[in-house]
Amino acid sequence: MSHDVVEVVLRAVCVLAAFLVLPLVVGQTEHKVMAHMQGRLGPMYPGGFHGWAQLVADGVKFAQKEDIVPIAADKRVFRLAPALGIVAYLLALAVIPLDAHVFGANVDDGLIWAIAVTGIGTVGTLMAGWSSGNKYALIGAMRSAAQLLSYELPLILSCASFAIAAGSLSLVGIAHAWTPWWLLWQLPGAIVFLVAATAELQRVPFDAPVADSEVVMGPYTEYTGLRFAFFLLAEYAGIVVMSLLLAVLYLGGWTGPFDGYLGWLWTLLKGFLFALIIIWMRVSWPRLREDQLQRVAWLGLVPLALLQLAITAVGVVLTA
Amino acid sequence: MGSGLTGYVVLAGVLLAGALLFVVAMLGRRMLAPRAPTRAKLTTYESGVDPVTGGWAQTQVRYLAYAFLYVVFAVDAVYLFPWALVLRDAHLGVASLVEMGIFVAALVVGLAHAARRGLLTWVGTASASRSESPR
Repeated sequence: MSHDVVEVVLRAVCVLAAFLVLPLVVGQTEHKVMAHMQGRLGPMYPGGFHGWAQLVADGVKFAQKEDIVPIAADKRVFRLAPALGIVAYLLALAVIPLDAHVFGANVDDGLIWAIAVTGIGTVGTLMAGWSSGNKYALIGAMRSAAQLLSYELPLILSCASFAIAAGSLSLVGIAHAWTPWWLLWQLPGAIVFLVAATAELQRVPFDAPVADSEVVMGPYTEYTGLRFAFFLLAEYAGIVVMSLLLAVLYLGGWTGPFDGYLGWLWTLLKGFLFALIIIWMRVSWPRLREDQLQRVAWLGLVPLALLQLAITAVGVVLTA
Repeated sequence: MGSGLTGYVVLAGVLLAGALLFVVAMLGRRMLAPRAPTRAKLTTYESGVDPVTGGWAQTQVRYLAYAFLYVVFAVDAVYLFPWALVLRDAHLGVASLVEMGIFVAALVVGLAHAARRGLLTWVGTASASRSESPR
């Protein structure tokens, strides 16, 4: 019994450690990659070596800033909202396997769990925007919720395609069923997943909910200090979760040379590749207008995802 | 452990860890951060101008259409996942494929109808309703 408790505590602590480190790695990568793509150096001073400690310094700065709750805000909801985002992505990260035996929690329906809890993060955003008592925040939150509605669907459909191809809802099972054929067979699904995930994370070019030139910072307009930092942490944790998920679903996770020893490294590297693409998109593309954004989802991604579903299902029946 | 619930017990632990992270961070902030509220600071932010009326802003309920579409398709998505597990079954495979094809096709017709009637284009609906009242 005590063994079990120790195991649960250890696993929870490891997931928490990964949750606090990986988003910072992605964030620092974004600083540096964006800077170099724009002919700058990015942070160079903190920590000595190429400014590696910039985000740690940012975190310390955020913790020392005054926490302001506006008079007009629904105070309890306003204070609680940032917690939802981080807890949601923490719970999603917990089920993503890095190797056949390296995971936070192994559940039979890991795929469903991951999609289900990532949706909760947006509830936090909606709470933040609604409770702020601010027009920018309200408009931003409505955009954010509408965006979740529209892009959650292609995301789920593409996930269903991977599940059908593997005949399993377990993330470990899906990665085991993977063959190199999937690179071609599931390509439309992977594209749909990547685009929809970027939209769900409100990243450029789908950042209309937090568009600074239109609604200041959208739902986060009234937030300061550590609570604001938590929304940022949730965003980068979201990039980590979505990238690793796509790596496990579409690139076979830990499949690779020496995967008996280095499997976890392959999963991380493949996930990192998708994180780089998400960063690259931010540097390359302008923001979509709100109605264009909805059109892309309903007339582009949903039909494409349904087509992928048909291809997958017919493929499975023909080869079964 | 060995029971099928192991994973979910760990997830409960992770949930607790997440809650603890938030609480500890907020306690840390309370000790580190200054607190000097003034009336101006606690006012709603409206680009530096005094806020006008309350936090409620009237907008068109355009997102309602997407919400309806989403509900329709979300029900479809719920059925897809159990289907993923039985598709390889020799008795159910082909029959379920045809059934699912009909089911999804009906939804696609609905989506095509919504698109054709201009539900998904804001610019189109705006020009159609221009005669009503300027917004």
